[in-house]
Amino acid sequence: MSNVFMGMPSLPVFGDGNLHIDEPFPAAAHRELGNTQMRANLRHATHTIRDKRLKVVGELPDWEELRDAGAATKNQVMANLPALLEEFEKNFTARGGIIHWARDADEANRIVSDLIKEQDTDEVVKVKSMATQEIGLNEYLEEQGISAFETDLAELIVQLGHDKPSHILVPAIHKNRTEVRDIFLAEMPNVDPNLTDEPRLLAMAAREHLRRKFLSAKVAVSGANFALADSGTLAVVESEGNGRMCLTLPETLITVMGIEKLLPGKEDLEVFMQLLPRSSTGERMNPYTSLWTGVTEGDGPQNVHLVMLDNGRTAALADKYGRTALNCIRCSACMNVCPVYERTGGHAYGSTYPGPIGAILTPLLTGIKSEENSSLPYASSLCGACYDACPVKINIPEILVHLRGEDVDSKRGENKLPSQMDLMMKGAQWAFSSGKNLGLLEKGLPLGKLAAGRDKKIKRLPGIAAGWTQSRDIPAPPAQSFRDWWKKDHRPAAATTEQEK
Amino acid sequence: MSAKEEILSRITSALRDAPTAEPIPREYRTTSDMPQAELVTLLVDRLEDYKAHVDVVDSAQLSATIAERLKGATSFVVPHGIDEAWLADAMPNGDARRRIDVPGAVLSVTELDNTDAVLTSSAVSIAESGTIVLDGSGDQGRRAISLVPDHHVCVVPMSTIVRLLPEALPRMDITRPLTWISGPSATSDIELERVEGVHGPRQLDVIIVKGL
Repeated sequence: MSNVFMGMPSLPVFGDGNLHIDEPFPAAAHRELGNTQMRANLRHATHTIRDKRLKVVGELPDWEELRDAGAATKNQVMANLPALLEEFEKNFTARGGIIHWARDADEANRIVSDLIKEQDTDEVVKVKSMATQEIGLNEYLEEQGISAFETDLAELIVQLGHDKPSHILVPAIHKNRTEVRDIFLAEMPNVDPNLTDEPRLLAMAAREHLRRKFLSAKVAVSGANFALADSGTLAVVESEGNGRMCLTLPETLITVMGIEKLLPGKEDLEVFMQLLPRSSTGERMNPYTSLWTGVTEGDGPQNVHLVMLDNGRTAALADKYGRTALNCIRCSACMNVCPVYERTGGHAYGSTYPGPIGAILTPLLTGIKSEENSSLPYASSLCGACYDACPVKINIPEILVHLRGEDVDSKRGENKLPSQMDLMMKGAQWAFSSGKNLGLLEKGLPLGKLAAGRDKKIKRLPGIAAGWTQSRDIPAPPAQSFRDWWKKDHRPAAATTEQEK
Repeated sequence: MSAKEEILSRITSALRDAPTAEPIPREYRTTSDMPQAELVTLLVDRLEDYKAHVDVVDSAQLSATIAERLKGATSFVVPHGIDEAWLADAMPNGDARRRIDVPGAVLSVTELDNTDAVLTSSAVSIAESGTIVLDGSGDQGRRAISLVPDHHVCVVPMSTIVRLLPEALPRMDITRPLTWISGPSATSDIELERVEGVHGPRQLDVIIVKGL
């Protein structure tokens, strides 16, 4: 097929998988806020990482220039996506890799599961990957009788604890060391019963637990941080060496990657490999980065597959005000600085992608009308800390406001009758369109004073305005409006002097 | 329509407003004139911060330093292309400790797991981030040998050190299997505090060699 668009423009096709929240954000946040241990853990962890990030970012005199280059590169990628995808496929295939395309979560899961079954095995080792989390791969494989072993320490903690990730970089950020120790003691076979909560010893326990799996696994499943179009190269950025184990030792490697992960070429790594580690773990460089291009004879997996995933990414791309959300490199700096995330934690967002980026990416991938996802763009005070921290300068507050508008517009269409909000906005339009109208409205101020009563506070407003008074009182309005006071107090000078006599 | 055709058609449809993107501004640092002695100091500082052990030696001392670093290992693996002279002092009583990984006659994963240490050279190093790049050449070997043994002794010739990542990338053949190593394996997954030593080699010894 040529890249020239021939037919009718198609409607966006949204994604599915672990992206739909079944409880509105305010309700979920309210519940999560009750967990004081989690809040203490999150506060400690997010403040630790913030300080580390600031220190290593401050070391680079050209940090802002790197951000500018990063943002522009990603915009280029999105504008030229079809050509870059074709170029990548040609190069990856020429070097012995096999590419599969998946329209949605279900199709990707089926492709991966079939590839595993071809290898006559019922277990795989996994490198931490957001894409496979998003499509619910582990759950799907379990239904197919295949055990997927997460090998990243935090993912292992989550998997052993029958828990859900709450952060994209450190999925077990909501657990402290003592809680991790307790999970290991309860769930890890052959663990030393005298295990303490020292992080070094906990890491050693994980090493022991996974070593045999690494050395005997026939198939590994990974994600990818970057894909270079001009060479067909894939990159995985990690810390523990579990990634290297999975990418090197098994005979078969299956990588699942969103179509937006492309970079034009090698030169772009010089930007992104400076931006990513400093923004995510606050290190000058992560301990290990692996790059591979198809198959290398005599080194690493000889059966190399890549699943290119859409699952709503093209729908996000179709939103011209929201598409820069696809520029995200999953560093997690935005959640580490977010005052809302720091208090509610990641579970409140109900999606694979929590925090500020999740509040825009999730509804962009699924559509604003999906279940309770329309509540996500409101999970922000619009303070803008996320925009400042973002290494590729995604203007998250602007997209949040855009999606709030989408939400209001989509609901307006649902009912034939105008909503309370419509009526209030109509009223505001009338009142603020002329001084005369506003003056007329202000004559009603004493009524408000009457409603406030003796303690001079209005404690409950009717209708949707009740949301405003749920957590605060409105002080009684003054007896006269500012404009009335101005009129009386600023008479012509002569008149004032006359009065003072 | 195949999945590929359908996805490409969705993209084309999504981009029907024909967004134009500005050219990529590359105003960041791409070159450096840091003298070689300072490059070494910077690289040592970064590697030690990652809890790697670093020696800086003249080429005449290399063999003795390697012997010292491999002293405690009951066995070690070397890639087939390693310079024999580097091992002169490490094998005073014959080569019983040494295992050579040769293409076509490679060590099994189990054999590697039963080997204490590995000695490799390296392709290029980035001082500013403390990063050493292995590219699978004959003196670095396939990826598994520098991964499975728990102790990695890595030789960094001084001429391969640059300051910045943008200076290092042109020296890499991107289609080779590359491993960028910045310290021993580590994790920050518990309370975001860094702990060294998980699945990769827990001990990283770097030997920077002047005159190489």
